[in-house]
Amino acid sequence: MKRHLVNIYRLGIKELWGLVRDPMLLFLIAFTFTVSTYTSGTAVPDTITHAPLGIIDEDNSQLSQRVISALYPPMFDTFEIGLDDADKGMDNGIYTFVLDIPPSFQADILAGREPSIQLNVDATRMSQAFTGAGYIQEIAMGEISSFMQRYRSNTQLPVDLEMRMRFNPNLTQAWFGSLMDIINNITMMAIILTGTALIREREHGTIEHLLAMPVTPGEIMIAKVWSMGLVVLVTSGASLVFVVQGLLNVHIEGSIPLFLVGVALHLFATTAMGIFMATVARNMPQFAMLLILILLPLQMLSGASTPRESMPKLVQDVMQFAPTTHFVELGQGVLYRGAGIDVAWKQFLALAAIGAVFFIVSMVRFRKTISQMA
Amino acid sequence: MPDSFVQRPPVAHIAGVTLHYGKTLAIDDLSLDIPSDCMVGFIGPDGVGKSSLLSLISGAHAIQEGTVEVLGGDMREKRHRDNVCPLIAYMPQGLGKNLYPTLSVEENLQFFARLFGHGAAERRRRIDDLTRSTGLYPFLGRPAGKLSGGMKQKLGLCCSLIHDPKLLILDEPTTGVDPLARAQFWNLINRIRGQQPGMSVVVATAYMDEAQKFDWLVVMDAGKILATGTPKEILARTNTDSLEAAFIALLPEEKRQGHKEIVIPPLDSNGEEDVAIEAKGLTMRFGDFTAVDHVNFTIRRGEIFGFLGSNGCGKSTTMKMLTGLLEPSEGEAWMFGKKIEPSNIDTRKRIGYMSQAFSLYSELTVLQNLVLHARLFHVPPEQVDERVNEMLERFGLTKVQNILPDNLPLGVRQRLSLAVAMVHHPDILILDEPTSGVDPVARDGFWEYLIALSRNDKVTIFITTHFMNEAERCDRISLMHSGKVLASEAPATLVEERNAPSLEDAFIQYLIDAGADAEDGGEGLAPAAAVSQEEHAERAKASRFFSMQRLISYMWREALELKRDPIRGTLVLFGSLILLIIMGYGISLDVENLRYAILDRDQTMLSNNYALNIKGSRYFIEHPPVENYQELDKRMKSGELSVVLEIPPGFARDVERGDPAQVGAWIDGAMPQRAETIKGYLQMLHTGWLQDRLTEAGIEAPSMANIEVRYRYNPDVLSLPAMVPAVIPILLLMIPAMLTALSVVREKEMGSIINLYVTSVTRTEFLLGKQVPYVLMAMVNFFLMTAMAVFLFDVHVKGSFLALTLAAFIYCIFTTGFGLLASTFTKSQIAAIFCTMVATMIPAVQFSGLINPTSSLTGGGRFIGEIYPATYMLTISRGIFSKALGFTDLYSSYIPMMIAVPVIMCTAIALLKKQEV
Repeated sequence: MKRHLVNIYRLGIKELWGLVRDPMLLFLIAFTFTVSTYTSGTAVPDTITHAPLGIIDEDNSQLSQRVISALYPPMFDTFEIGLDDADKGMDNGIYTFVLDIPPSFQADILAGREPSIQLNVDATRMSQAFTGAGYIQEIAMGEISSFMQRYRSNTQLPVDLEMRMRFNPNLTQAWFGSLMDIINNITMMAIILTGTALIREREHGTIEHLLAMPVTPGEIMIAKVWSMGLVVLVTSGASLVFVVQGLLNVHIEGSIPLFLVGVALHLFATTAMGIFMATVARNMPQFAMLLILILLPLQMLSGASTPRESMPKLVQDVMQFAPTTHFVELGQGVLYRGAGIDVAWKQFLALAAIGAVFFIVSMVRFRKTISQMA
Repeated sequence: MPDSFVQRPPVAHIAGVTLHYGKTLAIDDLSLDIPSDCMVGFIGPDGVGKSSLLSLISGAHAIQEGTVEVLGGDMREKRHRDNVCPLIAYMPQGLGKNLYPTLSVEENLQFFARLFGHGAAERRRRIDDLTRSTGLYPFLGRPAGKLSGGMKQKLGLCCSLIHDPKLLILDEPTTGVDPLARAQFWNLINRIRGQQPGMSVVVATAYMDEAQKFDWLVVMDAGKILATGTPKEILARTNTDSLEAAFIALLPEEKRQGHKEIVIPPLDSNGEEDVAIEAKGLTMRFGDFTAVDHVNFTIRRGEIFGFLGSNGCGKSTTMKMLTGLLEPSEGEAWMFGKKIEPSNIDTRKRIGYMSQAFSLYSELTVLQNLVLHARLFHVPPEQVDERVNEMLERFGLTKVQNILPDNLPLGVRQRLSLAVAMVHHPDILILDEPTSGVDPVARDGFWEYLIALSRNDKVTIFITTHFMNEAERCDRISLMHSGKVLASEAPATLVEERNAPSLEDAFIQYLIDAGADAEDGGEGLAPAAAVSQEEHAERAKASRFFSMQRLISYMWREALELKRDPIRGTLVLFGSLILLIIMGYGISLDVENLRYAILDRDQTMLSNNYALNIKGSRYFIEHPPVENYQELDKRMKSGELSVVLEIPPGFARDVERGDPAQVGAWIDGAMPQRAETIKGYLQMLHTGWLQDRLTEAGIEAPSMANIEVRYRYNPDVLSLPAMVPAVIPILLLMIPAMLTALSVVREKEMGSIINLYVTSVTRTEFLLGKQVPYVLMAMVNFFLMTAMAVFLFDVHVKGSFLALTLAAFIYCIFTTGFGLLASTFTKSQIAAIFCTMVATMIPAVQFSGLINPTSSLTGGGRFIGEIYPATYMLTISRGIFSKALGFTDLYSSYIPMMIAVPVIMCTAIALLKKQEV
């Protein structure tokens, strides 16, 4: 047993040296966890900002001006345009919204003829389309009703809906963007680092050399898993503390150590995945293609970019087998919502189970194929 | 003594040249004139700068200090290099280093021939001539990677000779090549020289018997020249009768390391036959091919057992079976009476194995490699230092202990491999060509050590070699040919049996008897219409800046390599389709199926009514009600609930009385966008409920205005029609970029980048040639994905398909160029993959408008989004797919892409190096 541990330790140290000798790689790791995280954190603005809104004012009344002046930056960038510009502007994607206030709008409303304002929404820009349209309606209706209140008595029921945002009271996008970026980077790096390290040994013939020595395939694999896992664990932890907490001032509700335990479990699964992919691919170009094929869905469908519950049922079910799904839930639970192990145990368990299965499958596959790699 | 060779005009004039690798001094203020029209040999110990000097002469390495003039011009000048490149052929060290292993012999030759601008008929004639005269003709269809070492070197030579060079530079061309193939190789060179007397040949070699036959020799040591002259002159000067002895005599005292003649004490077999290794009927088949065919042998303990045979005869395979690396197809082998099984760890500890190819860790220093191996073999910790130091000293590695193996010359690396194999004092040493490329002095020192191990420590040594003087030192040798053992005897007995003058002759006779082709079917070169100097110059001039043919030859080569790896192509084409399906269906921006629960603290008809109102919405899915705040907290933390609606006590009463009442909504803000949408939904539902209450109460709702919302381009606000046109540009970015990202860096890692350094191909031709096949592949990809969108997803191209194709074409040039850029400035494939991944996935997914429009981003993200062509491709793709637009509507989005293409290509070309520095 002790011999195994010593071998695993030595081989792992060797892997770390391999990293140190490739300054470009070190730079990229550092870049990913600093610049990239920072940019992702700051890129997407809180709520809607600078949504381009074209306004056609055919009425030019007091009311229409009131509505227009209520839609102002930074939420909306408004442009007063003519009727002819509307289509072209929308076609070219210059305006996401075009609001058309019809002629004699104010007169009609005062006469109780219920006129209509038309709001055109570019529905290909889905994320802005929904929320933006909601805001515009809310603001416009608010202006219209307060305008009308001067003419009529208030007949509304005095029931209010008070909405309170939990875990992220101001809905600060940086909180979401930066943490999800870290979560994505962890997956990406774990797979790339272990997988490519194995392919490189294979292409340079060093695997053969290892096999002629008194080390077992299991030791070789575990050494790669722990060393690369450790690199990712340390850098992601540092990024969380220094970039996300320090630089972006994100308030982390939960316990970072608990999250790092989750990261470790996740790394267990993803590094094993990297090894598995490296046993399937025969050379580096094949591995690179496989990487895109696996990594892209793993990240896009994990719930880190769009809400999981809105995906088709089949996708949701299949993604239950992906470690990233549980890891994203775990990350959101622990980091934002301050969930403890008593709440998030399901995700921890799922990750551990997936990790164990992946690891065992990879190990079996690795043992079986390693002699062909030499 | 007059030196007739020196009077000739020099083919290369070297003055005051100094070369450093980092801190290591490789060449030290060296001046030399290399005479033309003859065969010049460079000899000297490992790592004295022979290879460095040759790479300077060939133009592969940039000159740091001093002057190198080759063929009458300064090699520092790019103009001159471009002119003389077609006149110089350079074969780097290492078996088949500049060849492409997946390409066949014919294709390799075609590639080089095209590179030098021969027409189709001329290529055919030259290839047939060269391969017939080298005996490679029957193997034209075989991939270069599957050739034996000797054949690889012959092919390398053919590739060098295909353009009639004036100067042929060969760096240890016969290292690792068997004697028969070696003889054939030199015959070939001599024949060619006979036909082209104007050709100068410069060779570095570790074989003194080869050097003996050269016209003029340069003896080097420590980056300096010790002596020059014809072999005779050098013998005369040193008063020796063999070049080997002369070489040793010329070395400074400390380099000789107390060199003395090797004496082998006889192996004392004290009666008992202590068997170390025994093999019976050992057979290895790879498919139909039998690599090792029923091999038997018995090796006694302490014996030095040599294995000789041509390249590819099954020696290495036999060794791998003995180490347990390969499981024999048939037969068995024992080690000290124990059966060898691949799973047995303990037998491995008793073996020291050195494989033919250098297989140590290039990321660890010499010292670190030794320590790692000592530890992995479980040398007791207190002895590790001592052992490692012993090895460093024994193999002359002390000075280089902190250097990375990649920066060491071949011979020194070989020594390191040996040291590593011995660091744990094994009982059995299995050494596969351990002395290939090692200089004579070091070789003798190494043998001394082997003999001591064998005779004093009873270490059994199983060794393969191509040096006959080494074979003579073995107790017994086995001759192998095509998987079979021909003879197994003491060397002297073999010579006697054959009545041969030397072991080498005996060996060759055995091989010929066994059917080996001794005269390599050499038909001699058909007298080629020798290309005159003027023609050469003409050819060089015509194509100095840009040659379509060179570009095409790289393009053709790249395409062939793609073709040879069908798995990769399949992954690209099917992979992108699968991804399109997954992402098209999977990514959904509709916020639906939101999980909510009610915390009803009123429990009245009215509160129930409010809850029902929410339940009726298609956006929300009800979960069991929440009982108290603690539960609320827990269930929201676990992510189970996205919204909790709290209806306060006395809600119905307050409403009844007309007092202000309040419904609370707790929304999970973890995903800000989702929270925003939830807010909107709730507000809408709430207003709706209020209206209903009013109507029920008989109060006429105030008439006001309506806002009609028209969702354009995607009236049902479905995700699929929005996502598919957006996913296509993302996939067209990531996949082609990843394809090209490895194309240059892979050549760097495998060594074939040298062809860029020493041939006249320009960087532009090199990169563009590589790019073309990938652009075509990406376009195929584009058409497939578009077809899938139309026929499977029913997402139609409403606008101009031609405009979309044009945009995709420009975009693919950009994306493949992006991969090439990543490939030019990285040094390892890993870094290139990583770099491409980081630089494509994050901007494409986050900043290019896939989810959030670029115009509403802020900070660095927005800047990246605005200069990133994927953003514009996304606009075009959405515009043409969903908005029925054409080129005239979208031309402003084409412009940034068209700017990006030259920018990215020029940067890639600028960052690519035409010489090693």
